[in-house]
Amino acid sequence: MGMAITHALAAGMGGVRTAGDLVARTQISRGMRLKEAKEYVASKLRVSVTDLSDETVMDEVRDDLDIGKIRAFGGKAKGIEAKIRISELLDIQINCVDRFNRLISGGRKA
Amino acid sequence: MPTITTRMGDGSLIELTDSELCKEVEQGTIDASKRGKISPLSQDEIEHLVDICAMPQKFVSVERGKEVVLTFDAGTLKIMRLGIPVGRMQTIQLYERAFGSDTMELAHVDYSFKQVKPIVAEEEHEMEQALLVTVLPLFYGAMPNLGLYTKPDGPLPNPSELLPMGKIPEARAAQEEAVEMAVKDIVYVSGRMYEAGADGINLDTVGAAGDADFLAALNATRVLKKRFPGIRVELGMAGEFVLGFHGELRFDGERLAGLYPHQQVKIAEKAGVDIFGAVVNTNSSMSFPWNLARAVTFIKACAESANIPVHANVGMGVGGIPLREIPPIDAVSRVSKAMAELTRLDGL
Repeated sequence: MGMAITHALAAGMGGVRTAGDLVARTQISRGMRLKEAKEYVASKLRVSVTDLSDETVMDEVRDDLDIGKIRAFGGKAKGIEAKIRISELLDIQINCVDRFNRLISGGRKA
Repeated sequence: MPTITTRMGDGSLIELTDSELCKEVEQGTIDASKRGKISPLSQDEIEHLVDICAMPQKFVSVERGKEVVLTFDAGTLKIMRLGIPVGRMQTIQLYERAFGSDTMELAHVDYSFKQVKPIVAEEEHEMEQALLVTVLPLFYGAMPNLGLYTKPDGPLPNPSELLPMGKIPEARAAQEEAVEMAVKDIVYVSGRMYEAGADGINLDTVGAAGDADFLAALNATRVLKKRFPGIRVELGMAGEFVLGFHGELRFDGERLAGLYPHQQVKIAEKAGVDIFGAVVNTNSSMSFPWNLARAVTFIKACAESANIPVHANVGMGVGGIPLREIPPIDAVSRVSKAMAELTRLDGL
């Protein structure tokens, strides 16, 4: 348990605190190596690569783009709502977003 | 003479002089180089690693911009194991909103595909619910765990009993049959979790039962990719070296027994794996600097030979982390820093 937090603080991207989840999604869905994934996300967010791990910058960027934060206030996108916006913003496929869209449009299976 | 406080691979504290520390790092990289037939660290890299080990701070971290992505094995089991009665969905939310995790994994306490099969409907339900309320990428993880297919836990004869009796063909046949059974279970459970919306499947602790275990994960990945072209698979190894418990198993003509991480990743790519989790074992009788140099050498070679993202396993007893139930934070943070700064890896 302590190890997970230590790695996150010592070398992690920062998750939803910053842009860690977005870079991870790009690695997963597009198979990009780390450098390429960071550059891709930075270009989509119109920030620098080093901004991706900066809490102050990313807090404002995530708020402006409404793509989910660790503390999303009333009226802001949360959970699946945020992921629908992330899928569009990063132009990536998110499995649960596809499933959600299928279900609300009456489809049942992939 | 001033000394540097560091540790052994079992976590106990030791003091080394500058020259002793350098020697440990040099010998660690040479050991990896000889075993894996890979390049040792350069002189600059050795000096960088010595600097990391010699830093006086208890906690160290990467240079700005060198951060990497984190994935987890046995994700939702970690808080449960501490005896804290928190549900799995709440655990995922804690990792997302309190621990700064880049991804997370839903897992069942038995952490084996065979055991999950009868309760997959419960797992689907939890996955679907968790995906509605979280933002970070969510994997479903379990082990191939071939040991569960042989007696007394499964229907097949146990190779561990057959081999000492000299019944080698019978032991091999049992393992080959276990591969077929495991592939069916992995494909069934993974397919259901993919249809539930999971961002990926984490086949974890692969190779724990030897080369047959590795083959089951590779074959399952290939079937999954054919059946569900959009599915994403992370494959995390159990050890640095594929044990030849069977000895003659091959994937696309390549013998699996004896492969090291930089060779394992190439086979994983052929199977269709999207993220490879490389492992280097910690030797508890050697020093932490020796283990870290050895782990960095192997992971560097693996990341350089890979075309897919590589996430190094850095839990207790692997990746240079001391073999302790409560690994010391000074060592854990040095492993993080060294892996991120000295290799081309994509995550931990």
